[in-house]
Amino acid sequence: MNHSPLEIRGLSAAYQKKPVLRDISFTAPEGSLIGIIGPNGAGKSTLIKAVLGLIPRLSGDVTIYGKPYAQQRKIIGYVPQRESIDWDFPTSALDVVMMGRYGHLGWFRRPGGQERRMAMECLAKVGMSDYAGRQISQLSGGQQQRVFLARALAQDASLYFMDEPFVGVDAATEKAIITLLNELKQQGKTVLVVHHDLNTVKEYFDWVVLLNVQLVASGSVDSTFTADNLQRTYGGRLAILERDAHSELINQT
Amino acid sequence: MSDLWIIVTGALVASACGIVGCFLVLRKMAMIGDAISHSVLPGIVIAFLVSGSRDSLFMLLGAAGIGLVTVLLIQLIHQSGLQSDASIGVVFTALFAIGIILVSVYTRDIDLDLDCVLYGEIAYIPWNTLQLGSLDMGPKAVWGIGLALLLSVALIGIFYKQFKLTSFDPTFAAAVGIPVALFHYLLMSLVSVTTVASFESVGAILVVGMLVVPPATAYLLTDRLGRMMIYSVVIGCISSAAGYYAAQFLDASIAGSMVSTAGFLFVIALLFSPRHGVLLRKWKQRRILADAAAEPFV
Amino acid sequence: MPDWFIIFLDPNARWILLGCMLLGFSSGIIGSFSYLRKQSLMGDALAHAALPGVCIAFMLSGSKSIGLFLIGAAAAGFIATFGIGYITRHTRIKQDSALAIVLSVFFGLGTVLLTHIQHSGNSNQSGLDKFLFGQAASLVGDDVMVMSVTSLLLAGICTLLYKEFKLLSFDPGFARGLGYPVAFLDQLMMFLMVVVVVVGIQAVGIVLMAALLITPAVSARYWTEKLGVMVVLAGLFGALSGMAGTFISANGSNLPTGPLTVLASTAVFLVSLGFAPGRGLVSKLLIHRTARRRYTQQLASTAGYELERKEKAL
Repeated sequence: MNHSPLEIRGLSAAYQKKPVLRDISFTAPEGSLIGIIGPNGAGKSTLIKAVLGLIPRLSGDVTIYGKPYAQQRKIIGYVPQRESIDWDFPTSALDVVMMGRYGHLGWFRRPGGQERRMAMECLAKVGMSDYAGRQISQLSGGQQQRVFLARALAQDASLYFMDEPFVGVDAATEKAIITLLNELKQQGKTVLVVHHDLNTVKEYFDWVVLLNVQLVASGSVDSTFTADNLQRTYGGRLAILERDAHSELINQT
Repeated sequence: MSDLWIIVTGALVASACGIVGCFLVLRKMAMIGDAISHSVLPGIVIAFLVSGSRDSLFMLLGAAGIGLVTVLLIQLIHQSGLQSDASIGVVFTALFAIGIILVSVYTRDIDLDLDCVLYGEIAYIPWNTLQLGSLDMGPKAVWGIGLALLLSVALIGIFYKQFKLTSFDPTFAAAVGIPVALFHYLLMSLVSVTTVASFESVGAILVVGMLVVPPATAYLLTDRLGRMMIYSVVIGCISSAAGYYAAQFLDASIAGSMVSTAGFLFVIALLFSPRHGVLLRKWKQRRILADAAAEPFV
Repeated sequence: MPDWFIIFLDPNARWILLGCMLLGFSSGIIGSFSYLRKQSLMGDALAHAALPGVCIAFMLSGSKSIGLFLIGAAAAGFIATFGIGYITRHTRIKQDSALAIVLSVFFGLGTVLLTHIQHSGNSNQSGLDKFLFGQAASLVGDDVMVMSVTSLLLAGICTLLYKEFKLLSFDPGFARGLGYPVAFLDQLMMFLMVVVVVVGIQAVGIVLMAALLITPAVSARYWTEKLGVMVVLAGLFGALSGMAGTFISANGSNLPTGPLTVLASTAVFLVSLGFAPGRGLVSKLLIHRTARRRYTQQLASTAGYELERKEKAL
């Protein structure tokens, strides 16, 4: 039986006492780039964390290729937000990328030559081979993000979750990342990306999930990323937004 | 001979503390180490009263338990909405106060005075030896701390990658299926066991010096976690040897001298470390400025 | 006359009672500000750092005068705070490690100096080690006079500079923008804390001094959202703890006053943690339960609504 890479049914999650996600349901199509879009506090990162079991769920089911998350960890790649990282940690870029293999190594095995080779390949894919030995605080924001992306590549997954990978990176890195995401798509992999910039949504993604605590809409970009749906997602804040995303929205109306 | 035993004990304390201390420094939990080192006092006293001796495995376990209770209490109070440093302060002072009261109530029943709590009794260690039949096996403290060190080395050696990843990026670690909480509490248990084992020789307050100062010094010298741990062990051993002789010279507390020596080495690293030293960085900046100023004339 | 009242008849006991209450009061006040500035453990570091200062003051003067000790401890405290700030600003080492380093190294130096003094056979030195754990029972009239004066001074300064301290705790950047001498106020607050610490370690000792600075202030925070009320409440909680500690100690239990005072303030904290309205655990549990019930009801009603709509559509 052919299962969807990600199927969410009736997912609710809460921090402390405030519900931040309410009754979310959607099914992600295989081999697509999916943008998760919504205003601040809409629960975009929370959605990813709830799916990955990093925060407890109030209700709902999540299946990945038909099975619960705990059984499918090895085919999932994850790029967390960069803010929470202590960049002064005594570790090199190569070391960080090798961490992508830790989940596959199990409890007792140590990373060895094979992991090192694989990590070097992943670093090469993001154009960071020359920086393998650098301590991570000596990299620029864009380079740090590339290293994180390489670490996700090293996870060799089928389904990727990326939490705001474009925040604080330069234009060149943004282009490099999007090229890489398209390559992943070509290989039949599915990528979910928390995204902020409405101007690039149509260019980058095939599919969108519009989120504001509740699911507003999900579906292909052409049919879902409409002025009407955005109005419902962002509510009164659209006034500012219309100026930003003017050209995009004109096409829709 | 007794000189050697004291230095060996000091070096073992420094090594055990240095290894677990690296993770405390990197996880920004140095003050939790401080809290544990204070709050094991009531645990030690209670274990004395129950078991009647100060060198039992039972005591190590009991104290490790109290260390975990400390961490749990701190977390609980922190989660109820208090700043974490305030909750650390509330918990460890309360437990330490209980410890002092217990010491003063049972002061006749147990062989532990407040001076020992403060400075430890490293000077008496060579005479409290372990006898196996008629065989003299060396000081008991050496065995105790040696075991604690062995335990830390073994656990951190086996689970090095887990300890490293959970310290660096706990969110990612949880996502790839590493039980983050388990390794957190495992580390806290190691800190507690190390603290209890070291307590007798260096005293409650100075344990935290050994837990934090050598790792922080090593942190200024290298960008690799593995090397940081080795350096902090080496720095700890140098501190304990040099501290011992300084104490002899000044006729003063040995444990105090050891921590003071470690502090001295820290200041040296702070100023002169090739990577992160303050002076060297200033000098480099000045040279860049000078180069920039000289350029138009070239 | 009840038994416990007897201690009021003994002038010595009266001094101790007054001293502990004043100490609790002033440390509660200054502790409120340091809690709000997220510097709770600074008091701990300052208390430990006082030891070498006191020892050096003694070595230089050869006398046990509280005035000289105050100067020595203040100097040591100043160097310690400077050290913590310098390490966090200029290296990759974070604040918690910087605190632990300064605290333990200063204390290590202090024990070296103290043991050196003790072994040097200076006959005047006996009693110096009382600073480590404190001995409230040894408080005499003169000490309490010093305590009263410092408490009054401290309360006075905090009243006069109340709005400055408030702004400094809440938003130092804005305070600087208004033209306040932020660095000076900062140092002043630190100095007040050093004063409390030095006066207090006689009674409760170095380690437990931190408790008096932290616990009453934290307890007070649970009961109010107003800074003014919090400061007064923290002072009252501190004084109350001092009183309770002295009473229990004096009533034949023969236990040291310092740790008892700390435990009394911990008891106040536990009550606050559990039962304070709004922030306490019990009241939070109630709020949480109501929110959850409301949420499930809401879910049920929307589900019902959806169902209804679908039925209508059919």
